[in-house]
Amino acid sequence: MRTGVLGGVGLRVGAIFLALAFTTGVLLLADAPPLEAYRQIVIGSIGSVKKITDVLVAWVPLVLVTSGLLITFAAGLWNIGIEGQITLGAIFTTGALRLALGSDVPPALAIAVAILAGIVGGALWALLAGLLKAYGGVNEIFGGLGLNFVAVALNVWLIFGPWGRPGVASMSGTEPFPDSFSLPALADLRLSPWAVVLAIGGFALVYFLLKGTYFGLRLKAVGKNPRAAFVLGVPTVRYMLLAFILCGGLGGAAGAVQVTAVYHRLIPAISSGYGYLGLMVAMLVNYQPTWVPVVAFFFAALNIGSIQLPIVLKLDSSLAGVLQGALVLFVLGVEGLRRRRPVVKATE
Amino acid sequence: MQVDLRKIHKSFGAVHANNDISLTIPAGTIQGILGENGAGKSTLMKILSGFQGADRGEIWLDGRLAKIDSPQASGRLGIGMLHQDPLDVPAMRVLDNFLLGRSGGLRPRRREARAQLAELCGAFGFSLDPDAYVETLTVGERQQLELLRLLWLGARVLILDEPTTGISALQKDALFASLRKLKEEGRTIIFVSHKLEEVESLCDRAAVLRRGRLVGETVPPYSTDRLVEMMFGRVVSLGSRLEAPPGEPVLEVEDVIVEDRRMSVGPATVRVARQEVIGLAGMEGSGQQLFLRACAGLIRPVHGRIRLGGNDVLGRSYHHFLGRGVAFMPAARLEEGLIPGLDLAEHFALTLPDPGFTIQRQAAQTRAAAQIESFRVKGTPETPVEDLSGGNQQRALLGLLRENLSLLLLEHPTRGLDIESVVWIWDKLKERCRQGTAIIFVSSDLDEVRNYSDRIHVFFGGRVSPSLPAATTTVGQLGQLIGGKGWPDSPRRDRGGVRGVGR
Repeated sequence: MRTGVLGGVGLRVGAIFLALAFTTGVLLLADAPPLEAYRQIVIGSIGSVKKITDVLVAWVPLVLVTSGLLITFAAGLWNIGIEGQITLGAIFTTGALRLALGSDVPPALAIAVAILAGIVGGALWALLAGLLKAYGGVNEIFGGLGLNFVAVALNVWLIFGPWGRPGVASMSGTEPFPDSFSLPALADLRLSPWAVVLAIGGFALVYFLLKGTYFGLRLKAVGKNPRAAFVLGVPTVRYMLLAFILCGGLGGAAGAVQVTAVYHRLIPAISSGYGYLGLMVAMLVNYQPTWVPVVAFFFAALNIGSIQLPIVLKLDSSLAGVLQGALVLFVLGVEGLRRRRPVVKATE
Repeated sequence: MQVDLRKIHKSFGAVHANNDISLTIPAGTIQGILGENGAGKSTLMKILSGFQGADRGEIWLDGRLAKIDSPQASGRLGIGMLHQDPLDVPAMRVLDNFLLGRSGGLRPRRREARAQLAELCGAFGFSLDPDAYVETLTVGERQQLELLRLLWLGARVLILDEPTTGISALQKDALFASLRKLKEEGRTIIFVSHKLEEVESLCDRAAVLRRGRLVGETVPPYSTDRLVEMMFGRVVSLGSRLEAPPGEPVLEVEDVIVEDRRMSVGPATVRVARQEVIGLAGMEGSGQQLFLRACAGLIRPVHGRIRLGGNDVLGRSYHHFLGRGVAFMPAARLEEGLIPGLDLAEHFALTLPDPGFTIQRQAAQTRAAAQIESFRVKGTPETPVEDLSGGNQQRALLGLLRENLSLLLLEHPTRGLDIESVVWIWDKLKERCRQGTAIIFVSSDLDEVRNYSDRIHVFFGGRVSPSLPAATTTVGQLGQLIGGKGWPDSPRRDRGGVRGVGR
């Protein structure tokens, strides 16, 4: 991963152009005007203050999730189960809020406790994947994938069963919470400054842990060579489990934000795919924290900007996904090609 | 088929693994290849069987220049290699494994293969059940299967790499009988081993490799002393041991048996006192590394007692051992010792005694710089460890060892270092001994073992000799024990090992 900084940046820019060219090709195939589509995405994402705050609404969970994933990636773990961890966070938050609804707990306290509950929920779900790996020999990718399905099933069961709307339970989710049980938003906007503070706090925590602490250094040691880290005296299993817990906690926080600041209820697709999107952002920033806020903003902008494509251009909004996916594939592909270029050095 | 190796060269970085090796092996002979670890035996065999390409040199088969650039190419030419770890698929049945590697045809001809397998089994007196799963077979049976498969594929040159590791005496006899039979049929057998006795009893000729060079060829009758001298060379002038009077015991290992999937080591009784140095000699894979790991708490012995400073520590975790002042330095530097991707300063930060929560980058940097200077590592604190050369990685590992240790366990502490560095590293280690540290180290360099140890234990096929005083034991005596000579016949019944040898 050590290259001339300029060479690295140049390649990345090249990869971005390739991704744009690819997406343009797709648009041309679909008989759509590419430039107009891109213009719509730009207008739809940063065309106004309102739009920008909408992007930030998506940015918050994405930054939380990506920050968490940097921890597991540092420990050499592929936490695919992040989607389930977001979902469990949302479920725990909803559960806590429902309990508070029936009591005389002040709403502000209820919201704080509910977010904490979400963090705990995500952390526990991640710990489960970690325990399966450490003691059951289940690769975290398979364990996480399995737990994702369980989480979705649990969520849907809750929405249609015990937590269903009075009368007819439906895909639209649980009964919305009263406004007092939501994170306060800016006037006339969907964005809650508290959510932004939470995201920045989560990111700062991860940045500090990875860059400035022995915890982060040991985590990196475990990720790069668990055997040697163990011999050097790092309790590897404990660090692996801690990485899962931290990542799950941040994923759970994202789920809590989805409930308390975005949807104000539990819906079936509460994770909104931010887990997988976060994996892509993490890959794109080469698993280093510095660029996470920027790249996450870009991805969020693509998501929000493409919302009006169906209305204006009769295009599906999944175009954002095409561009995001292409971007990751091209950046990784170019990176891989660069590394394959023979380094003249005898192997031992 | 006659095999002709001409001026074979192969280098890995600075290591000249095969240096101008020329060897002619006539058809219908069993050629023994002897040499200590790292002598270049395996490299040479991998070149002949196409697993590695030579840098220079030619291979001629029956007087024709052969181009061997892949295992497939060598297979087509009739060269088959029996690897130390059988190359089979354990989750498949014997018959399916037998069929693997056979080209041609969409559908495997099972019935035909079954008949031929039975016929071959009969010819060699093996009994293999074609429907058994390979994972239920012993190592010896898997080897028999592999041997038959290679013959069925038409191998005319058979390479066997340390084939007797992990098989029973009965299976060994069957294997040797088959090899003699194959020789009669005119096939060429290349038998790579470090066991003198086997080479002496089986081979028609023996070639000895040492440090990448062919140092000699002999034919029977063999002189064991001559073979030992060729394998290990003459005594080079190294430093000397500390000769300090041993203090109170640090580590007491009693009747310990350690096992892994491949072998059982012991029973071993080893004691080491403050200021004492114990050398563990033997060919690689004879059990000394397993034993050392048991001393470090990395492997739990299946039998026996381990005491550290008088306290029973059997079954305690590795981190408990670390807490008692034990340090372990593995031989596989980039696999177990260092962390590729982290730089030297980060390594020193990781091993700082008693760190806080945030990284004292400055302190780590200072310590790294001091140790780099002190251990003459060619690098800076910012150098990623994988960019260091092998010798410098070794120095870095030694520099990472904590201060004030009670017991230091070292696997090949000076492997890959030149002789001046060896002397200098040992001066550092002796300095630690003077402060009261006890050392147990594994080395395949007999001179190192003899010069720096106070006492020596020899390992052979999992058997452990009692301690031999280093000062009065000769290279010849050690070499014989390492090669498996002079051990009593039934060591397992005699818990004390081989009392009375090598004196």
